[in-house]
Amino acid sequence: MDVEILSRIQFAFTVMFHYLYPPLSIGLGVILVIMEAMWLKTGLPKYHNMARYWTRVFGLTFAIGVATGIVLEFEFGTNWAAYSRFVGDIFGSALAAEGIFAFFLESGFLAILLFGWNKVGPKLHFFATCMVCLGAHFSAVWIVIANSWMQTPAGFHIEYRGEIMPPGFVPNADQILHSRAVIDDFWAMVFNPSSMERLSHVLVGCWQAGAFLVISISAFYLLRGRHTEFAKSSLKIALVFAAIASMLQLATGAKSADGVTRNQPLKLAAMEGLFETQANAPMVIAGWLDMEKQEVIGLQIPGMLSYLVGGSTNTVVTGLDAFPREDWPAVQAVFQFYHIMIAVGMVLIALAWGGVFLWWRGWLFDLGRPLVRLYYWLLVLSVLGPQIANQTGWFTAEMGRQPWIVYGLMRTSQGLSEVVTANQVLASLIMFTFIYTLLFAVFIYLLTRKIQRGPDDEEESEEMPASWLALMERRKGQAGTGS
Amino acid sequence: MDLNIVWFILVGVLFTGYAMLDGFDLGVGALHLFVKKDEDRRVLLNAIGPVWDGNEVWLVTGGGALFAAFPMVYATVFSGFYLAFMALLCALIFRAVAIEFRSKEPWKWWRTMWDIGFSLGSIGSSFLIGVAMGNILIGIELDERGNYIGGFWALLNPYAILLGLTTVALFAMHGSIYLVMKTEGELQARLKRWVNRTIGIFLFFYIVLNVATLVYAPHLLETLRARPWLLAVFALNVLVVMNIPRQNHKGNEFAAFLSSCGSMVLLMTLFGLTVFPNMVLSMPNPEYSLNIYNAASTEKTHWIMFIIALLGVPIVLAYTASIYYIFRGKVKVTPHSY
Repeated sequence: MDVEILSRIQFAFTVMFHYLYPPLSIGLGVILVIMEAMWLKTGLPKYHNMARYWTRVFGLTFAIGVATGIVLEFEFGTNWAAYSRFVGDIFGSALAAEGIFAFFLESGFLAILLFGWNKVGPKLHFFATCMVCLGAHFSAVWIVIANSWMQTPAGFHIEYRGEIMPPGFVPNADQILHSRAVIDDFWAMVFNPSSMERLSHVLVGCWQAGAFLVISISAFYLLRGRHTEFAKSSLKIALVFAAIASMLQLATGAKSADGVTRNQPLKLAAMEGLFETQANAPMVIAGWLDMEKQEVIGLQIPGMLSYLVGGSTNTVVTGLDAFPREDWPAVQAVFQFYHIMIAVGMVLIALAWGGVFLWWRGWLFDLGRPLVRLYYWLLVLSVLGPQIANQTGWFTAEMGRQPWIVYGLMRTSQGLSEVVTANQVLASLIMFTFIYTLLFAVFIYLLTRKIQRGPDDEEESEEMPASWLALMERRKGQAGTGS
Repeated sequence: MDLNIVWFILVGVLFTGYAMLDGFDLGVGALHLFVKKDEDRRVLLNAIGPVWDGNEVWLVTGGGALFAAFPMVYATVFSGFYLAFMALLCALIFRAVAIEFRSKEPWKWWRTMWDIGFSLGSIGSSFLIGVAMGNILIGIELDERGNYIGGFWALLNPYAILLGLTTVALFAMHGSIYLVMKTEGELQARLKRWVNRTIGIFLFFYIVLNVATLVYAPHLLETLRARPWLLAVFALNVLVVMNIPRQNHKGNEFAAFLSSCGSMVLLMTLFGLTVFPNMVLSMPNPEYSLNIYNAASTEKTHWIMFIIALLGVPIVLAYTASIYYIFRGKVKVTPHSY
């Protein structure tokens, strides 16, 4: 295998593995804020135990997220040096801003979140939890801005051998190593055409990851009849969060697809499997692309794609045929991953709203009903849903960007480090495979252990400093006079 | 003062922050296996438990700032030192997860495995960081577009290895001084003896390194001739290091730690003032060297980043200091700590 494919595999593998964890931190972060706020408001020990337990799960995911995140920052330079030289003037600022505004914030306040229970008062602890959650969101902001700039570059011009080139200039293979992208307008870079819609889609996907983790573990406890009070409360909070997030995800997804239609019509054609530019373009629900004959085998809704793109079945949608073959991404893969993401997204909506329906009917905790039990088993598995959807969504976005590393400007093959050989990348790839397999095994093992051990029940609630107990007494007093 | 110089200093500040803060985490790791009792090892882990993660962010942000302010340096060094940096990543990963995983199970083999991972990860990280700095000091072979063409084995030259060992000793010294501040009783008494030993080892390597500089890096001698005041920084550094056992003897644990931090700052200052205005020295073709001008981003990016730094850094410093203040004092190990 050549150095390009190996470097791509390595980046994909390391970023995929990393991306199992930050969505959990972001989503769980929001849930921790909610739980701790409820504890501060009610003073009920059950919310304190909930916040404590989910913080421990949070700590585990966060540690692996940090350990595997640093790899990615190194890899731009180690494997993609030509890319780094080309985009450094623009891309680097987003990464540095991520460090200053996000990483310091989350890792600094994480100390208080994890170890500060007996060191600070309840309000300061709550503040720290909010800051960790905010920091995690900020890190998504800056990295999605950086990635979106690669999808829809804006606010720059190209400099070739120190000369400013006119807008629209694309360096050819001989020029690229002597060219660089130079910033014109920082805010145009930040608010590039795709950054905000992609950011909202990514963040809501992270919320789903956190919500369904809590749902899955809570459902497991309820099925087993363990920690039922704890699990019921956790499940309710997470279910509401998941129901809202799943519907939002439909909206942000539609918005993102709109953006792709506008900014990257070739990618849209690949996602939808549309070979021919046409009016009355169909939308494929599921299917297989016959790349030889250039046709779709599968379930289609006639005219639906045209309708979604332009509001009428007469809208002409650009197909793959409008673009030279050498600019196509791996169409089959982009198409399939995109459809898997949508299918899983729909299942998550059904699961979350199914739960809301059961709740409304008063059946949510009626585990005597076989259907409810079946539903709970689906909930236990649901933790995989957002992970699959997040991963396949990113496959769609990133594979759909190929063969470009910076869309329309620099090809992936041009971004490689000139001095790194295939054998070196193979060696590091083997190393990462080994380390990450070990990490994943240990992570799953420790998570299982945490689930088995479970939260502390009320009577064995952990020791709290006097200021915390005083607050709980005050809140109880208020509840007493209020009722 | 032009912004290229400002950014040379700011990137330097970030990496100095890293050396000063994560330096003691890595030093604790280097000493970890020399502490035999399980509960003592837990004390060591919990001494750095709440802060190591934030300390590592200085490296991440330093890397980001280098990428943004001097992309040519970032690209050259990271691709040129490919295998060394992959090994560094491996070491940093094991250091990080070992802290998290180690005390989760009581089994001896489990704890021993992660103890070794933690310690080797820390030593490996310190060593490789030193090796990278050593190569920057004596110069590496670059082509006309700034690509490193010397190959992997050339990086493991005696001078760079010596600087790698010096860094391990320096961080071990810094770590032991930090631990004295965080421990009490018998363990603290033992660590106090180690402080003197690690200072001795560090000074030994430091002096050997300076002699080796005369042999392996004659161009640095030129620099010294042109900038004789570098000797003053060097002398001040030795004085500050000597102050550490004095403060420890008087029982001023915090002052001893501050002294150690001071020596980190002086060492990094010495490094920066020696290489300036170059960032990657090209040997044998010095005309291909990357300096703060030919390796830089545009002035516009430097301005944008400067504003980001003005907004962000004071806030970061304020809450980092507060968090250190909250976690001041001796370590207490509880069932939920590491």
